[in-house]
Amino acid sequence: MIQYKIFFVLILSISYYTPIFSQIYVEGSGSIQEAIDSANPGDTIFVKKGIYYESNIIVNKAVAIIGDDHPVVDAQEKGFIFEITSDSVTISGLKIINVAKSYTKDFSAIHAYNVKHFAIINNIFENPFFAIHIERSKWGVIANNTIIGNAVEEASSGNGIHMWHTSRIEVNDNRIEHMRDGIYFEFVKHSSVKRNKSKHNIRYGLHFMFSNDDVYEGNLFEKNGAGVAVMFSKKIIMRKNIFKLNWGTASYGLLLKEIYDADIIENTFEQNTIGVNAEGSNRIMYERNNFNNNGWAIKFLGGCYGNKLHQNNFMNNAFDISYNGRINGNVFDKNYWSEYAGYDLDRDGVGDVPYRPVKLFSYIVNRTPETIVLLRSLFVDIINYSEKVSPIFTPDNLKDFHPLMKPVK
Amino acid sequence: MLKILKYSFFDLMRSRWSYIYFLFYLSLGFILLFLNQDVSKAVITLLNIILVLTPLIGTLFGIMYYYNSREFTALLLAQPIKRSNIFLGQFLGISLSLSLSLVLGLGIPFLAYGIFQSTEIFDFFTLLLIGTMLTFIFVALAFNLALIFDDKIKGFGIAILTWLFFAVIYDGIFLILMLVFDDYPLDNFALGATIFNPIDLSRILIILKLDISALLGYTGAVFQNFFGTSFGMIFSFGLLLLWVVIPLIMIVVKSRKKDF
Repeated sequence: MIQYKIFFVLILSISYYTPIFSQIYVEGSGSIQEAIDSANPGDTIFVKKGIYYESNIIVNKAVAIIGDDHPVVDAQEKGFIFEITSDSVTISGLKIINVAKSYTKDFSAIHAYNVKHFAIINNIFENPFFAIHIERSKWGVIANNTIIGNAVEEASSGNGIHMWHTSRIEVNDNRIEHMRDGIYFEFVKHSSVKRNKSKHNIRYGLHFMFSNDDVYEGNLFEKNGAGVAVMFSKKIIMRKNIFKLNWGTASYGLLLKEIYDADIIENTFEQNTIGVNAEGSNRIMYERNNFNNNGWAIKFLGGCYGNKLHQNNFMNNAFDISYNGRINGNVFDKNYWSEYAGYDLDRDGVGDVPYRPVKLFSYIVNRTPETIVLLRSLFVDIINYSEKVSPIFTPDNLKDFHPLMKPVK
Repeated sequence: MLKILKYSFFDLMRSRWSYIYFLFYLSLGFILLFLNQDVSKAVITLLNIILVLTPLIGTLFGIMYYYNSREFTALLLAQPIKRSNIFLGQFLGISLSLSLSLVLGLGIPFLAYGIFQSTEIFDFFTLLLIGTMLTFIFVALAFNLALIFDDKIKGFGIAILTWLFFAVIYDGIFLILMLVFDDYPLDNFALGATIFNPIDLSRILIILKLDISALLGYTGAVFQNFFGTSFGMIFSFGLLLLWVVIPLIMIVVKSRKKDF
């Protein structure tokens, strides 16, 4: 027992007299790189307010670099800024600006390769070529960052948060504007993207490729060049996102290409030229989404089977659903359609007459796109009506047998 | 001519039908704005109504007025007045009174709901201008038909058929042609075909002004390149004007030769 006590006191005294982790301060004309060089793993480097003209900083130890009131790290367009090569690095509270542009190299404000347990939190990025670029890494957090670029064209601009071959990363509460892609995922697994705001990016708000088992939830995608693209991925959950004002001749809210077994739940698609553009996407569950004032709410192109649409609201879209074939392999049930003109005699909230969401004109437009110039002409209204009465061209079994009388809340 | 214009104008202003027409637009405007406060949505709904209704009312009013005032016209013809003055005066009288009903009927509710604070002000005025143009065009066409056919029933029938042709049948033929020839590039054809129908031309002009133009996709881009430029705007308004002027010339020519 006494032995045990002595051991305990010994431990206490050691940790008291020789602190294991030290704190290093960088201020005035100091250099962050020198601070990292002099640090031991586990140290914390505090960067005081000021402007630090540094680029190509190598973070090769497990340190935390913490800025006090967003000190500015300015690379003056001379290459990248932070290169993380060690596990357990934290970078937070910095304002990182002016990364070099390059047509051959992906210069970035923070680049991490083959590391674990990193955290990039609460930073401000201005004029980064790529802002945060993570490769072959695991267990990271990217949160509360603000990324403002000045992208003009796709070839000469980079992505906000770019990830390649990573897994178990959380991307939360970031704001990304005026980049090429807001968030770019390629071969990313078991990760989540939550509550981010991605706006005014010249290509996609979010770009997903070959990334399985991911969740994105509560994000806002607004006025991006072509909306959000999710391609060649499985088991993705998209929930409570807002896709808004992606408006232009080649624009859409959400592009699905070769997506299997995804859930699209409680999202809002508002004023997009095409709300959802689905191609080769199977077994997707659409539930409780709102499609308001889009040109096309959902455009199904080739090979979309086994999709289920339940309790969605389709309000004031120029076209609710568009098909380019005559075969229907999807189930529409209990949705609310603002154009539904049926009645409900037994007052159970479900219309007594099935609703046909595909108009003849949308079928014609798919066949011959130029006919769209007849949009809103009286003749088109007449043929739509006659097709509704006796369908010939649109898939016969494409019906919502239980259209709701009131919107789903 | 001014005297006849004034007479026709005030004659119509006193008539019940002008009031009904005016009240219809007035109530339509108020109801639309009451149902959705969004002025830009109301403009889109109005587009559909104006494109169908102004040509129809113009045609019917034009032909009805001509046939009803045939005796008075005969009386005027006995006076030392130029024939073209009589008919042009009557034409302007009808067109102006109908346009006034349209502009006031829609203008008042939209003013009350603050169109001047809205960004849609320009679109709204384009819409009213186009409505006025369409009224002038179809009244002129109706006068032509009335001058050709002395038989009331026949005249009425043909006038309604004319309206039907421009409002519906033309688009039907247009659509079928596009479906048949869909292996060929159709953008320029579509552009050409819209120009020859005043209703289609008006519809495209308004759609390109509103933001639904993005729906038109690639074809829309071709149209935007043409109509979106100030040249295209002037050109298309010039075309609409031509649609007024040519029937008018025909009225003058025909009335000069006609044996009353």
